[in-house]
Amino acid sequence: MPQDVAELVTAARDGDRAAFDELVRATHGETYTLALRLTGNEEDARDVVQEAYFRAYRGLKSFRGDAQFSTWMYRITANCAATHLGKRSKHRHEELSDSDPIADERPSVDPQAQTDATELRERLTVALEGLPPKLRHVVVLRDIYDLPHEAIAAELGISETAAKVRLHRARKKLREDLFPRRDEEAADAV
Amino acid sequence: MQCDELTEELAAAADGTVLLGRQERRHVERCLRCQAEMVQYRRVLRAMRTMRTDVLEPAPGMLAGILAGIEEAGERRAIRSMISGHRAAYLGGLAAATAAGAAGAIVFANRARKLRTAS
Repeated sequence: MPQDVAELVTAARDGDRAAFDELVRATHGETYTLALRLTGNEEDARDVVQEAYFRAYRGLKSFRGDAQFSTWMYRITANCAATHLGKRSKHRHEELSDSDPIADERPSVDPQAQTDATELRERLTVALEGLPPKLRHVVVLRDIYDLPHEAIAAELGISETAAKVRLHRARKKLREDLFPRRDEEAADAV
Repeated sequence: MQCDELTEELAAAADGTVLLGRQERRHVERCLRCQAEMVQYRRVLRAMRTMRTDVLEPAPGMLAGILAGIEEAGERRAIRSMISGHRAAYLGGLAAATAAGAAGAIVFANRARKLRTAS
């Protein structure tokens, strides 16, 4: 499949509109998945995907092809999601700071089932959705999509140091959510 | 060394981007809490890596919406370039007509001056 994508990219760059449409068909599921993980809701994810493909269409000539098309799309999607959520939070005046506490409204977890990888993934998905967007963006791009710190910082418009700090906070929060300490569990049970 | 001093390094060590120093390693070897944290970070990171290949199903109609949006953007761009092309042609024609008019006026003025001199 990657070969096909490479061929489609070449054709689309040469102005073949049908090839670009085919490229969208082949990659939109992946792009949507990333957008949904970054934004946390379907409506925003749809807007982000639409905007990302607009930008890709306009900027395809500048895509040099030395990176994979999927990685290029990840970067565009990350940038669109940051812009989209930035606009929205500015509009609603509800931007969270990195250190704001997050209310945990999930049902208490079952420690017995923690060995189950599928269940861990499900809880991880919920925990990711519960992270503040700023932390979620960085950890999703780094730990799921393997983008380097430099690229993450560039697309989110922050410094590399800030990206690393956010990554650490996000990982710590995820670990604490997924593996609550026994004394905290006992306190919850009282 | 306190466990809290190590928390950042543990996550980075679990992801393989940082190697713990001798002092830190020695602490982890003797500290069950840090060992447990390290294992937990590894499990979280491993679970996240497996999410890379997931493809979630978008709502029906999204693909058609994207393609229609791009089509529309393409048409808008074509219309814009056509209009700017027409505008350029119009301005070019206007400039040529102005230049021709000016040249005609100069020729006419020269002839009139020659006639006046002759008479």
